[in-house]
Amino acid sequence: MKEKPTTQPKTKQKPKRKTKKLREQGRREFLRSTALLVGMVGASLVGLIPLVGQANARLRPPGALKDRLDEQEFLSACIKCGQCVQVCPVEAIKLADINDGVGIGVPYIEARDQACDFSCDGLQCVLACPTGALTHDIDYPAETRMGFARLARPGRCLAVRGQPFKGAARGEDHPALLRFESVDRWNPIPLAEHPFDLPLCDLCVRLCPIEIRIAQCEAGTPPSGDPNQCPPLHAIRMQPMPNGRGTIPVIEDGCVGCGVCEMVCPAEPTAIVVDIHRSADFQ
Amino acid sequence: MSYFVDSLRQLVGLKPVKPAPEQIPIPIQLIYKEKRKTPLTREALEAVEAGHARSPSRHKWRNRRWITLIVVNLLFVVSYVLDVQLVEGALTASRVIGFHLADLNSALQVTLAYKHIVINLLIGTLTVLVLWILLGGRTFCSWVCPYHLVAEWAESLHLWLAKRGWAIDIQFHRTVRAVFYVIFALLALLTGYTVFETISPTGILSRALIYGPGLALLWILALLAFEVLLSRRAWCRYVCPIGITYGLVGVISPLRVQYNMQSCHHEGDCRKICMVPHVLDVTIRGRATGLTTDIGADCTRCGLCVDVCPTSSLSFKFKGLEKAL
Repeated sequence: MKEKPTTQPKTKQKPKRKTKKLREQGRREFLRSTALLVGMVGASLVGLIPLVGQANARLRPPGALKDRLDEQEFLSACIKCGQCVQVCPVEAIKLADINDGVGIGVPYIEARDQACDFSCDGLQCVLACPTGALTHDIDYPAETRMGFARLARPGRCLAVRGQPFKGAARGEDHPALLRFESVDRWNPIPLAEHPFDLPLCDLCVRLCPIEIRIAQCEAGTPPSGDPNQCPPLHAIRMQPMPNGRGTIPVIEDGCVGCGVCEMVCPAEPTAIVVDIHRSADFQ
Repeated sequence: MSYFVDSLRQLVGLKPVKPAPEQIPIPIQLIYKEKRKTPLTREALEAVEAGHARSPSRHKWRNRRWITLIVVNLLFVVSYVLDVQLVEGALTASRVIGFHLADLNSALQVTLAYKHIVINLLIGTLTVLVLWILLGGRTFCSWVCPYHLVAEWAESLHLWLAKRGWAIDIQFHRTVRAVFYVIFALLALLTGYTVFETISPTGILSRALIYGPGLALLWILALLAFEVLLSRRAWCRYVCPIGITYGLVGVISPLRVQYNMQSCHHEGDCRKICMVPHVLDVTIRGRATGLTTDIGADCTRCGLCVDVCPTSSLSFKFKGLEKAL
């Protein structure tokens, strides 16, 4: 008789305490999980920061989708697989690291180190791209719009200063590759193995892939025997300086921004650069 | 039908349903009853386990899996280094002897962000879809994903440290992974960028292997440190949307791990070793409603439970194959 009232509240209280404890556990688990959620999503959103001020704006491979030079479409369409890297004969294409945020794994070109010289002729990177981030709408080098060359430091330009150039364009141990059709049609060779002896430096015009194609077409031997390879417009030409001593490189509407001029410029730092925020279509 | 429902419940992180006693068919109840009548002594169980531990095949599936995972990833590396064009690209998208392949989750993220259907990508995605329907969906996780392997090694370290009290296992609600899935899909759709790829260890590791290491490996190290010291297998268990994508494929896959309740001792060795132990809840005494049960789609078909089971109550099954043969 005595025990009954004591056991009854006990059995009633026990599950109550248990549910309270369970509820507390559930609450803590919910808070922990929310913290994980906020932390991880926050970490992924940090990837958007480099977009501010275009900190991750880079020279992209031929055919990179560009929405009025805003890279958004290109970055979203790229699946970050690097197939473009693998097919490039001059190994011009690199993949961006995590400091590019959402641009991680996206291909870019460091033109001063190794520019795209179109030595594959057929735009292999475009053909390799599985998502069309490098748009399949273009077939020939002259149709690409990577950027637009600009004489950024005229004072450094040997041509402007009326100076000759002798030797390897970027020194004896620079690893850059370039195709010289006169040497080997199929294989690019190290720039260091092809020295020049020029009374007045004109490397940026002489080695411009667009200008080389125009010259070939004028000689009646278009690249790959395909007249479609012939660029419709000139990209760069030398114009005499008013003082009569030197010449100045002038960029024309045929420039696609491949960056070969920036790569071969013997001045240090380079006199000519590729401006990635401009192109022949929108200046 | 309940296999689909149970699999989907597992994938979104809901707790497994405990069958009511009346839901268990009489023959199964009789087997449970029989087992209760002749309970296994601790000594007997330990003897069975010790016998199994000496068996030469106790790491059979793990070894096969590790070799497969390493070979698949090395194929990408070797193909690029030797320029043989066998497997071009990375795990996110590739071309195998010229045929497009695309990782289902990467393709999904790109499609949501880019908002175009790309034909080559569609072809690659469908090819991979068929491949993983045949091979078991999350099989991708444990047999191909390079992060899975390093996380598996980190897990051993975690367990070693945890045994000595130097590491803890913070557990999260498993629904959080489904929430991540929705959030990353929405982020791709709304921002127009593949936000998830920035932190995806699968993509980062695959590219690091093929194209060389970079700063992104610091993120991998941070993830591993978190898993070793604070939460066992946290990325794969609670975060990775790739796992859900392949898990959904696994729902309709005929390749499954099958559980036979008759020989099971219910000692739980399989659940202790499993990365997704909730899929093995059916091995708890009184949970199975049939003689054999297929393990749900959240299972990565890694085979660790098949290896560890002292009574061979868990085995790989390709549904319909026996009938066809």
